[in-house]
Amino acid sequence: MSPRIQVYVLAGLLIFIGAGLTIYKNTELGFPLFPGEYRTVWTIEAKVEFIADDGPVKAALTLPRAQQNMEILDETFSSSGYGGFNTVQADNEYRAVWARRSASGTQSLFYQLDVIQTPEAALKPPLNLSLKVQKPLLDAREQEAVRLAIESLIKHAHDRSSDTKSFTTQLLTALADKHNQDRNLIFNYYKASSLVDIDLLVLAAAEIPAHRIRGLYLEDDRRRLPPEDLLEIYDGEHWVAFEPTNGLPGIPKNFFIWQRGGKSLLDVEGGSDSRVTFSVIANDIPARDVALLSTNQQKEALVDFSIYSLPIEQQSIFKLILLVPVGALVVVLLRVFVGLRTSGTFMPVLLAIAFIETHLLTGLSIFVLILVLGLWIRFYLSRLNLLLVARIAAVVVAVVILMGAISVISYKLGIQQALTITFFPMIIIAWTIERMSIVWEEDSPFEVFIQSGGSLLVAVIAWWVMTNRYIEHWTFNFPELLLALLGIILIVGNYTGYRLSELARFRQLIR
Amino acid sequence: MFHLPFFLRGRPASPLSLRRHGILGMNARNVHYIARYNARDKYPLVDDKLNTKRAAARARIPVPELITAFETQSGRQRTMEIIEPLQKFVIKPARGSGGKGILVIVGRNGDKYLKPSGAEINAVTIFRHISDIHSGLYSLGGKPDRVMIETLVDFDPVFDQYSFEGVPDVRVIVFLGFPVMAMLRCSTHTSDGKANLHQGAVGVGIDLKSGGVCHAVQHGQRIHHHPDTGVPFSDLMIPEWQKLVRLAASCFEMTGLGYLGCDIVLDNQRGPLLLEANARPGLAIQIANGAGLRTRLQHIEQLETEQLEKNLEQRVDYAMDYFSTQRATSSIKTRPEHALA
Repeated sequence: MSPRIQVYVLAGLLIFIGAGLTIYKNTELGFPLFPGEYRTVWTIEAKVEFIADDGPVKAALTLPRAQQNMEILDETFSSSGYGGFNTVQADNEYRAVWARRSASGTQSLFYQLDVIQTPEAALKPPLNLSLKVQKPLLDAREQEAVRLAIESLIKHAHDRSSDTKSFTTQLLTALADKHNQDRNLIFNYYKASSLVDIDLLVLAAAEIPAHRIRGLYLEDDRRRLPPEDLLEIYDGEHWVAFEPTNGLPGIPKNFFIWQRGGKSLLDVEGGSDSRVTFSVIANDIPARDVALLSTNQQKEALVDFSIYSLPIEQQSIFKLILLVPVGALVVVLLRVFVGLRTSGTFMPVLLAIAFIETHLLTGLSIFVLILVLGLWIRFYLSRLNLLLVARIAAVVVAVVILMGAISVISYKLGIQQALTITFFPMIIIAWTIERMSIVWEEDSPFEVFIQSGGSLLVAVIAWWVMTNRYIEHWTFNFPELLLALLGIILIVGNYTGYRLSELARFRQLIR
Repeated sequence: MFHLPFFLRGRPASPLSLRRHGILGMNARNVHYIARYNARDKYPLVDDKLNTKRAAARARIPVPELITAFETQSGRQRTMEIIEPLQKFVIKPARGSGGKGILVIVGRNGDKYLKPSGAEINAVTIFRHISDIHSGLYSLGGKPDRVMIETLVDFDPVFDQYSFEGVPDVRVIVFLGFPVMAMLRCSTHTSDGKANLHQGAVGVGIDLKSGGVCHAVQHGQRIHHHPDTGVPFSDLMIPEWQKLVRLAASCFEMTGLGYLGCDIVLDNQRGPLLLEANARPGLAIQIANGAGLRTRLQHIEQLETEQLEKNLEQRVDYAMDYFSTQRATSSIKTRPEHALA
């Protein structure tokens, strides 16, 4: 394979991998492609309250499980004074268990979790929820009327439906209808029961396996909400969730499932008047942070072995370092396609990085000031017949003193921005001054102007590209794109056409 | 005298017309010719002028005489002792690029040393210059360098009318052993005695066949007379031309580099001498000749293997004949008015 083809194959491969990883991170891991995307993160706080009986206390709260339409990002427990805290798994349920040797008075325990809604997806089938149906015993004489009412409701619903699902809808609508005589009779008999309790009872009478779903509706800024219930029935093939008040199948969009089937939500031993209430707050958080939080838990290798695993301080350094290749690309493009002359090939990139910290105008004026003063000092030094290394070291010292002086003077004058001057690469500037003074002596002051002007122009263009918010976003969030960038540089390195400057340079030859 | 920089004058050419005229661009030069025909391991031979000198001695190619070379940083005492008896000499960095760091001394005035411009400098300045070279001020990447002191070439008087203060040298581009283009660089008053075209030196295209002048350019403009002396270029005929071209072509065997620029000076007694060879010769030669390199290089590339393997004499004869100005279409158009002049 000729080197040229190798370059194209390699570059194509690099671009493909870079772009592929980027697309994967965007679609699968949810990293936003553009800056400024936000996601709503719901913070749900469950508060367990009970009055302790002056003795050993044990409280167990069923915890929500990972589910498909919601993703749990983070969970925290707070339980002051409760030494024994742990989570246990039993019967496909996770339960938080708080224990304390002795407690008295009102006790408050908190469990908090952050969730995001993921685009609608079907519920996973519960592992092995019981299909057993226990028909209610209504044989006693005084229960005759209730039994007949239930049977009438079931028959009525049965006549108006074709399958289990439509039957359930009919039944639930009837049970929610306050003008229905049969329904009112049943409700009067079971005064202490809730709507869902009665729904379950009637469904059991109709021999349909069913259980309740406990959860809550996610609405911003809600406090002390009691848990809400949905129903889930088995239609012979699937489990289907129903809204009890309107009888419609499916889980409402903003419903967060806490517990599916199973036993109680909360068990307290050694206490009374126990209850669970929920508070919900919505926060808008940058989509990237959400993606990071959610991938953290899955231990995604692409994220786990990336710069995100570094401490924040190092990350912000990397944010800058990752921009260097972009600057290098700008230099390559300007050199290969335009043909700009600069002093020191990649010196403009270092300048551009300094400009990012100092802001453009401050940076430019400081650089020009240092260059002019430095050249002036260098011309004096050249008359002292010093050795080169000593002379450059002297220029370095002079540059540092100049930078210090500029900082102090501008601070006294109230120009805060000039304090960021420390970001200038001192040694590079000293070398630049040395080379420029040679160019001045051997070529011409005009050549110095051309070269430093070229360097500054490239630096400003590189700065402009590197501070673009899209570029910043892409380099930091999709470092894989560096591979694509490498591919582009390889391809550009193969360009054999004319440079823009050559169109002018060889103009005279076309006559 | 102030000249507008080249990029502010006139309309730029289109890439297509440049291609039609066979102009070689910098990118194409780097990728197609330097990267393809110049092996990296051969670079040290030409990048270090001391190495070039030794190789030339082995290949029996005449070069300016080396007086001494400082391999390492030497003390002031020793440097002074060496310089003291010399009248005319040139100090060069072994790995300098673009003619940087070359100090020419043309005579003495007591303790003082005379530069071509007439300026006088003292021994300490020379010592500092040598020490700068050692420290790598003029070498690529600032690497420590070696210093060489050469005898000053006793220039052939034929150039007296065509060069101001400076060193007229002939650059010949040699491709796979075939000389393909040649130019003479004449320093002027504006170029301050330097032979760099972009500083205002005159680039004179030399006809490969005859050694006569076919085209001359200063500041990108065609000229017919030397700007300082007013002597017409059409009168100039480079002596010992055949010998000079043969010397350039023989550098192919000496260096092993396929794409090569040879800088040659004419000594009054010794004839053509190789100053240095360059593995990355610039493209200004096209401007001086008013012709593109690309078509010429492509012609050599498509030659049969047996033609490429011919000996030095045959190669030089073939190239001098084939690339003579009379044949090159782009120059023929400009020929008649020149002939009248």
